[in-house]
Amino acid sequence: MSGHVAPKSLYCTVFVTLMVFTGLTVWVAFYDLGLYSNIVALGIACIKATLVILFFMHVRWSTRLTWVVVMSGFFWLLILFGLGMSDYLSRGWVQGTLR
Amino acid sequence: MPNYLTNGHGLASWLLTKDHKRIALLYLASITAFFFLGGMFAFLIRLELLTPAGDVMTSESYNKMFTMHGVVMVFFFLIPSIPAVLGNFFIPIMIGAKDLAFPRINLLSWYVYVLGGLFTLVAALGGGVDTGWTFYTPYSTAASNTHVITAGLGVFITGFSSILTGLNFIVTIHRMRAPGMTWFRLPLFVWSHYATSLIMILGTPVIAITVLLVAVERGLHLGIFDPALGGDPILFQHLFWFYSHPAVYIMILPAMGVISEVVQAFSRKNVFGYSFVAFSSLAIAIIGFLVWGHHIFVAGQSVYAGLIFSILSFLVAIPSAVKVFNWTATIYKGSVSFDAPMLYAFGFLGLFTIGGLTGLFLATVGLDVHVHDTYFIIAHFHYIMVGGAIMGYLAGLHYWWPKISGKMYPEGWARFAALIVFVGFNLTFFPQFVLGYLGMPRRYHVYPPEFQVLNVLSTAGATVLAVGYLLPMVYFTWSIFAGEKAPMNPWGVKGLEWEIPSPPPTENFVVSPIVTHRTHQYAPSKEVGIGG
Amino acid sequence: MAADGHARVAAEGAHGVRHPRLQHHFDDMEQQAEASTLGMWVFLVTEIMFFGGLFMAYLVYRTQMPDAFREASHHLDITLGATNTVILIVSSLTMALAVRSAQTGQPAKTQVGWLVATMVFGAAFLGIKAIEYTEKFRDHIVPGPFFEWHGTYPRGAEMFYSLYFAMTGLHALHMVVGLGIMTVMASLAWRGRFDDTYYTPIEVSGLYWHFVDIVWIFLFPLLYLIGRH
Repeated sequence: MSGHVAPKSLYCTVFVTLMVFTGLTVWVAFYDLGLYSNIVALGIACIKATLVILFFMHVRWSTRLTWVVVMSGFFWLLILFGLGMSDYLSRGWVQGTLR
Repeated sequence: MPNYLTNGHGLASWLLTKDHKRIALLYLASITAFFFLGGMFAFLIRLELLTPAGDVMTSESYNKMFTMHGVVMVFFFLIPSIPAVLGNFFIPIMIGAKDLAFPRINLLSWYVYVLGGLFTLVAALGGGVDTGWTFYTPYSTAASNTHVITAGLGVFITGFSSILTGLNFIVTIHRMRAPGMTWFRLPLFVWSHYATSLIMILGTPVIAITVLLVAVERGLHLGIFDPALGGDPILFQHLFWFYSHPAVYIMILPAMGVISEVVQAFSRKNVFGYSFVAFSSLAIAIIGFLVWGHHIFVAGQSVYAGLIFSILSFLVAIPSAVKVFNWTATIYKGSVSFDAPMLYAFGFLGLFTIGGLTGLFLATVGLDVHVHDTYFIIAHFHYIMVGGAIMGYLAGLHYWWPKISGKMYPEGWARFAALIVFVGFNLTFFPQFVLGYLGMPRRYHVYPPEFQVLNVLSTAGATVLAVGYLLPMVYFTWSIFAGEKAPMNPWGVKGLEWEIPSPPPTENFVVSPIVTHRTHQYAPSKEVGIGG
Repeated sequence: MAADGHARVAAEGAHGVRHPRLQHHFDDMEQQAEASTLGMWVFLVTEIMFFGGLFMAYLVYRTQMPDAFREASHHLDITLGATNTVILIVSSLTMALAVRSAQTGQPAKTQVGWLVATMVFGAAFLGIKAIEYTEKFRDHIVPGPFFEWHGTYPRGAEMFYSLYFAMTGLHALHMVVGLGIMTVMASLAWRGRFDDTYYTPIEVSGLYWHFVDIVWIFLFPLLYLIGRH
């Protein structure tokens, strides 16, 4: 079988990076950055998730098809969020109504 | 050599089988049972609507009737119908594989389906559900005192059966194709099932979590949709339709796949614009996810979101129309034979076109305000689901029956039944367009006397339609015992499924086939195809 | 997508002996392994959408009542949440090493060791979650008739905790399923089922485990951190 075997040192590096980002996100949560608080918290979560997907889940060395499958999951999530929020964010734009 | 029907006897050899063909027959038996159960509810609804007064049942019972009709027909018949029966049986054969990628998961999906069905039956026998098949909150979470949790769990569980089927198809189509079976040599039936599977795996989980949240809100008081906690019932509708609109394409896309096969086979012509038909399936699957808001134009969604959803909804018409035009062009100057499958295909073409065009009316915000929640919408989606999906299902069942059973059905009776179905269907549902336009709302068991003539027509049509559905049931059963033995290729058409015996052996192919061209290549193609 | 349409050669002829773990309908081990991993990835996509419905609800209500959510989230214990994040990431590391030990054909004991380590961390996560849940029950902030809130936004807080229990509960359920899978994998590994020619089940279970970890990576900031200052 032709699975890619990653060196142990790589796994450890990824692990340490994940730990650093976890510390960072907890530390930064105690400072008020306004709207940026949300962006930083979610940005760090996205970076951590990407690291797990690429290295622990071997997507870095997988076929293009796997990339497409992974991306489609997140893309469809964005469709749900995007079109769904298009309703909530435009509520009340018509004057005198809640719609 | 034994075929798949004779290879193993006794109940256990069926209930523990991992053969995709036998699992398809398990599905065939169970969805047929649910079809007649759902049909019985429909019969009671039409019976009640024969007269303006509520003289057969109370409004409460009527609510339960249309709810159970919807739940059973949508989740237990239409969604599994073509994929789980014909897709299950023929996708591996059409791509030259011995089985689906995960035979055990395939069997599991049937058991999951049966378990979900049992929950629904328990809910029905225990007194029914009255929320409508849509389970709208807050009625389903706070007000209704019927068996919402049981029925909801039935839908939740069945959803996983659908997910497992879709997952199996996707992996099979990617990984199990025979040598030479490139993407652009795949039969169009397989393309449309690939698109269907995408919807199954991307949409179904969302309704699963949504229905689960309704059950949890009723049972454990977590108030995700509870207006008293600032929750938004329209959020339920967003999540529900995020699946349930694409679910319409789960029902119609496989039927389109059948029609693509049948139209080519009985016109003796390869399809006009193969890659357009193939990609239009994917386009329908993808665009289908962008339009769900047209179900909630008048429910409190913002006006601007309605505008976006309206425009996006129009877009679905394009790939749908591409298909209809290409089928028509395929028939044009073909050597057409009017066998029963082709008659159903003709029925599909006309009825789907009417259903699709009225869909454009409904996607127009201004018009939707007028006809929302009237019989117009009932007629519209029955033209798609019955006139489209069931016509396609019957076309496929007739086309492949000789291969499935190894027996020929009586052609004369089949043509007669196709005619009966077509007439009965139109008589049932065309009057409902008029009723809806005149303003008769859906989901009421009484109505003003001026609507009676049209309602009587509709009930009469439903009776004719019922005869049309019972006939195939009778002659298919008859053919198993007394039908003529089917040859390997009774229609004289091309395709891998017609190159193996009827009924096929358990392993499908003795020698793995090597594919060198597309199916239905009856004459040298003049088209410049991709990888043709 | 055309890349995966590789021509396959009938197994018996080309490779001589069929591997004992090769199922009848596959041509070779590579096809079987590719099918399994693709199947798991497709399943994980459905899982993304399954949690996606809940995340959508969170997104809508967080934008509609940010103040109430901020007030409600202050009642969560950030230390326990952070500890659990660390524990889960460690378990992901041990999981990755378990897969690696099978891939490199190390002895059964090593494989089982990494798997058991993964399970221990998973169980520790659930233990801490149980402590957190107990506190919520004690403080009457479990949604329902006994919900009590002594702040400015009792309704919004109850909504927050409805989402909290739905999201973390569903996640915990996935952890429990993961522990079950790991038990099966450990017992298979113990019997020497996996080596460098056949390790797909353990690899595929690993994908599931990492996915559950990723869900928590998002739940932690969304529930515990945002609006904490």
